[in-house]
Amino acid sequence: MTNPYVIHPATIIEKVWEAEDINTYRLQLVDERARQQFRFKAGQFNMVYLFGVGEVAISIVSDPDEPEFLNHTIRAVGRVTKAIAELQPGDVLGIRGPFGQGWPLEEARGRNVVIVTGGLGCAPVVGAIEYLFKRREQYGSIKILHGVKTPHDLLYRERFDQWRRAPDTEVLLASDQPDKTWNYHIGVVTELFEEVAIDPMKSIALMCGPEIMMRLGVPILMRRGIPASTIYVSLERHMECGIGLCGHCQMGPYFLCKDGPVMRYDRVAQWLGRTGV
Amino acid sequence: MAIASETCGILPSAHLQRLLDTLSAKGYRIVGPIVRDGSVVWDTVRSVSDLPIGWRDQQEPGRYRLEQTGSQEVFGVVHGAQSLKQFVFAPREPLLQIERSKDGFATRPTLPQSEKVAIIGARACDLAGLTIQDRIFLNDAYRDPYYASRREGLFVIAVNCTRALSTCFCASMETGPRAKHGFDLVLTEVDDSLLIEAGSEAGRDLLSNLCLSTGSEQLSAEAARRIEACAQSQVRRLDHSRLPQALYDAHEHPRWDELAGRCLACTNCTMVCPTCFCHTVEETPDLSHQQSTHTRLWDSCFTQEHGYIHGKNVRPTIKDRYRMWLTHKLASWIDQFGTSGCVGCGRCITWCPVGIDVTEELSALLTQDGRSSGTPQQMESS
Repeated sequence: MTNPYVIHPATIIEKVWEAEDINTYRLQLVDERARQQFRFKAGQFNMVYLFGVGEVAISIVSDPDEPEFLNHTIRAVGRVTKAIAELQPGDVLGIRGPFGQGWPLEEARGRNVVIVTGGLGCAPVVGAIEYLFKRREQYGSIKILHGVKTPHDLLYRERFDQWRRAPDTEVLLASDQPDKTWNYHIGVVTELFEEVAIDPMKSIALMCGPEIMMRLGVPILMRRGIPASTIYVSLERHMECGIGLCGHCQMGPYFLCKDGPVMRYDRVAQWLGRTGV
Repeated sequence: MAIASETCGILPSAHLQRLLDTLSAKGYRIVGPIVRDGSVVWDTVRSVSDLPIGWRDQQEPGRYRLEQTGSQEVFGVVHGAQSLKQFVFAPREPLLQIERSKDGFATRPTLPQSEKVAIIGARACDLAGLTIQDRIFLNDAYRDPYYASRREGLFVIAVNCTRALSTCFCASMETGPRAKHGFDLVLTEVDDSLLIEAGSEAGRDLLSNLCLSTGSEQLSAEAARRIEACAQSQVRRLDHSRLPQALYDAHEHPRWDELAGRCLACTNCTMVCPTCFCHTVEETPDLSHQQSTHTRLWDSCFTQEHGYIHGKNVRPTIKDRYRMWLTHKLASWIDQFGTSGCVGCGRCITWCPVGIDVTEELSALLTQDGRSSGTPQQMESS
């Protein structure tokens, strides 16, 4: 019987500073067999462990076609993540995973893809975007709408620039607390919907960010004619076990670690926006 | 109806020690109810005299009392705060021992030593709770090896209830008072006799070792009558016919605010519940920082930390947490596991320090004005 609690050591190959308190860690599993067996889908997450400190659920941001490397973008905000921020390349973290349901990239084939993200919420979608660009001809137009509080919160700048130059692709950025260097939209990400043409029946929407962004953004997309069943949201709750047993990540009848974090909007619509769920 | 001797027999209560001795001879550690600190707890039983002979429990919302009746009744106490949960889903379970190594660290799963444990005195509600926990820990997307290991060595001797507490509502949850499955043996105490029936191969095997006198139709009929009378005597009931949806629809009901004014968020209800499975993990490094233990502990949705995500809490108020608990227990549990999370044991009513009664709360939440149809006491006096 496999033990879902066993943690595999993984070496930090590279640590990339993304923004204040946010770093991307490029990890490689130490055990060769574990490394060869590890496969994941964009949008899934790992439990990342630091010896003697504990585990946190962090989405995998790297390309699922290169499963031998696992990138995790981590904001130092809690007990475990602050301790992880002290680490350097060569140090060892632990990995347990991958867990959860990823983005519906098979279902999105042949469709236009609208990606709406806010803040660090772009991280869980980055792997999906890379996946789409590797198979660019299989998908319709790609629109990436991303909002940040301040320009300093904009992660992966070079990638956004790279994506912007790709064929049949639009990248729109918004900041609601911009500085003088900001050349893009001033305001919140949902206002960017007005700047893009959407063919509702040919599109699929992937959203990730603060819950308020989805609560405000989804109705706008639906007014534009996108059915609730083709809008996918990645949701966040306290996750400790990753396997639907510890009980913390519930939202209505769902365990988001197991049934999510990516959920079809029409399944969670009645729970999103309810207080205390 | 002829009763086959290999599945049924009669043991005089005075000879119960024979059953315990047979179990011991087969290598089981016997666990049964023991009177301690004014209640019963599960602990090792060596002799029949360790069992709560002559004791009975009286339970009411927020109240538990034992009284000695002076009779020779062995199983007069229905239950204490503990269900069978602790035997399979341990309150504190070391999962991993993690040690620094040349690769950074190495993890060693610390699976519990499999132990043959025979539990005597489990009630139908406890068995229903065990079945639900099996569904969660063994038959979901992942199988929990720690639970599986503890579960494997368990031999369960149930006792059919012939007396209901004021807090019992298993009849309305269709989980009791008769134990229908999930046991190896089941006893029904009728005056100074114990009717024993087998419910598994291991149970039949044990029964044949006891060489009991064949069951009589008369005694079986009397046992059945007493179990039925116990069901009929239950004063509380929980109407689950409109669940889960009716409770989902009651999310903004004013009763939640009123309820939050009484609930202390003490977590007692979740600790005594036979089905609550929330847990957290604690990481404990040793002082040299060379070893670390990864330990699972029972958690509760009533704690501050349960709904915490980086810097905010999705369930900050007691109202949010009580609503989470009750909605999960009685409604979303059905969507998740195909069964209610409530078995009608009434422990959450008894062990609530302010006597909150789930049956009363649900009935209030399912009415427009939030007034319940009343507690049983109120109904009697009106």
